[in-house]
Amino acid sequence: MVRYERIFFWFSAGMLAIFLCALGYVTVFMNIHLPGPAGRIIPKSGQNCAAAVLTTAPFNRPGVREIAPGKYEAVMLAQQWNFYPFKIQIPAGAELTFRVTSVDVIHGFFIPGTRVNMMVLPGYVSVETYRFTRPGSYRLLCHEYCGLYHHTMSAEVAVK
Amino acid sequence: MSTPVAYAPERPFALPASQRRIISLMLYLGFGALAVGVVNGLAQALNYADIDIFKAFPGLHSYYQGLTVHGVFNAIILTFSFANGFVALTCARGLNRPLNQGLLWATLASMAGGAALLAGAILSGHASVLYTFYAPLQAHWTFYLGLVLIVLSTWLTSANLFLALRAWRREHPGERIPLLAYISVVTYIFWDIASVGVACEVVLLLLPWSLGLLPGVDPMLTRTLFWFTGHPIVYFWLLPVYVSWYAIVPKQVSGALFSDTAVRMVFLMFLIIIPIGLHHQYVDPGISPSLKFAVAILTFIVFLPSLLTAFSVMYALEIGGRRSGGRGLIGWFFRLPWKEPAVAAQLLAMLGFMLGGITGLMNASYNINLEIHNTAFVPGHFHLTVGTAVGLSYMGIAYWLVPFFEQKQLWGKRLALTQAWCYFIGVLIFARGLISGGLAGMPRRTAISLIDYPLPAGWHEAGILTGVGGTLMFISAVMFFVVLGMTIFFGRPAKIDDIPFTDTIEPPVASGWLVNLDHFGYWIAVAIVLCVVIYGPVIYQHIPPQMNSTGFTNY
Repeated sequence: MVRYERIFFWFSAGMLAIFLCALGYVTVFMNIHLPGPAGRIIPKSGQNCAAAVLTTAPFNRPGVREIAPGKYEAVMLAQQWNFYPFKIQIPAGAELTFRVTSVDVIHGFFIPGTRVNMMVLPGYVSVETYRFTRPGSYRLLCHEYCGLYHHTMSAEVAVK
Repeated sequence: MSTPVAYAPERPFALPASQRRIISLMLYLGFGALAVGVVNGLAQALNYADIDIFKAFPGLHSYYQGLTVHGVFNAIILTFSFANGFVALTCARGLNRPLNQGLLWATLASMAGGAALLAGAILSGHASVLYTFYAPLQAHWTFYLGLVLIVLSTWLTSANLFLALRAWRREHPGERIPLLAYISVVTYIFWDIASVGVACEVVLLLLPWSLGLLPGVDPMLTRTLFWFTGHPIVYFWLLPVYVSWYAIVPKQVSGALFSDTAVRMVFLMFLIIIPIGLHHQYVDPGISPSLKFAVAILTFIVFLPSLLTAFSVMYALEIGGRRSGGRGLIGWFFRLPWKEPAVAAQLLAMLGFMLGGITGLMNASYNINLEIHNTAFVPGHFHLTVGTAVGLSYMGIAYWLVPFFEQKQLWGKRLALTQAWCYFIGVLIFARGLISGGLAGMPRRTAISLIDYPLPAGWHEAGILTGVGGTLMFISAVMFFVVLGMTIFFGRPAKIDDIPFTDTIEPPVASGWLVNLDHFGYWIAVAIVLCVVIYGPVIYQHIPPQMNSTGFTNY
């Protein structure tokens, strides 16, 4: 029976190793990455976090800009209980980079049906790029509890 | 072929009745918390089905306040009370010696005080910060103090176990630690290391911050410290149940555990691999993806002991099923004592855990997490683990433990059986709803019944299943409390001297390197080194911490 135990152990370990290889493949060859360090806004002494975020470029001017042909950048703020801007329009097939931070508490940043899924922490910059190929209206949701009206915190990405 | 274990004490169980009483009070405190928690659970489930019954609750003013009650009462007060009581009992039984009575009282007092503070803060509406209490959402200081007392109670239990083990070692120099005591003690050593993160978070940062002694906090630092403990905590919920599955259930099905060494190794693997909480922060900014991948690997490694548990426990069950006349590849499974509520509930809990384990591995799967992070998939997953593997096992354990405490027969065996099945069927429907909702993009921790945008496709069906399943789980919980109450107050007297626990077919080895499994110092050292390697770089970024997020209380 000790033999069976050993067989089961190596079978299990092998299975988990195969899963990890698959994840490695998806990361390296399909280029699907997790968010990582993308900057941090550190307030000057005496300044609170919200003031620091609102006076630091690019977050002093939230909005959508075309940064290259077919490439857009949305600089966004998350604040109880809205996203700014709350409506984004881009043409189908465009690549959109979200550059987001929060001015108050921790928020979520999630577009169902895509792999845009990030946490947004006050003073930390979260970045994700996604190519919207299908036209339609995408709902951007806050998916981290952020206070009394958390469930009303959403925005729209309109892909025409 | 079964060799009686050399250390199996022939002497009667030496736990004084007074200590048995204190331990029973710990459990009842936990089940009291469960009663409050499940009422709010029903309201949560109905919320997904687009029914808002929070208005009907006296004293509750928001969905999120109810969710905080649900999380804190079920996942902190219940689980910690159960662990403190049950594991103290199994340790005392394993060593066959009494515990320190003063420490037992202190544990109970600390738990009760903590629970009272938490209940006061949350129910008065000053702590609707959910179970994760992410800063800069700020709760009243009594909430944080309540957490401190609850964690303190687990450390007091540890001290009690360690004192008992030290005394036992003096009396038995050179002997292997009895298995039942060994797995009980490792559970608490593991938790002592794992709880350091949340202890630092609450004592050094959040409590002084809520008292106005700190101008602000660094939300990334508090979040990281939370998850240092926040993942291992699920093993602290699970390991007391593993104690039951490994050491007690095999006896209850007339089976036996095969290998003593395998069980010790499984528990040590949990002890060694603590620093995997970063996998809850896969989509956080400010943490490098390569570190996240390293943690994914560690998380997969810590899946191994649970797979080995599936093997060992199933083998122990198979021995029992075959002794009861089961034949063939799976015939033994149907010969298990399914009519015993204590056994049936735990067997169903094990079945639920298979689905819970698989969905957990999906959560932990690095970039697959982008698909499901913070969606309803996550509560779908953990209601199969902590909600079923742990919660339903607690109920099963209560069906023999409460009769032991009260020296009474279990009242309403058939109702207890119905309860277990009702819960199991309920949770399958419930989790099916939440998991499919999560895959359709439904966020977790959100008052779905109050959203102001059109309901996306797939959410409605998911919500109905969640509501139906959750209602069945609630009905089942009501049955559980009826059985418990009737047993305590109206059960027929019985004389139950001892708790059941199993022999191992392969006894512990007396010599060779495996003896070192009992020398905790080595394993603790390995565990600490691994924590420092993984968390050192993350914490180092935050030194000195930027204390500039002020508190928000608009909940």
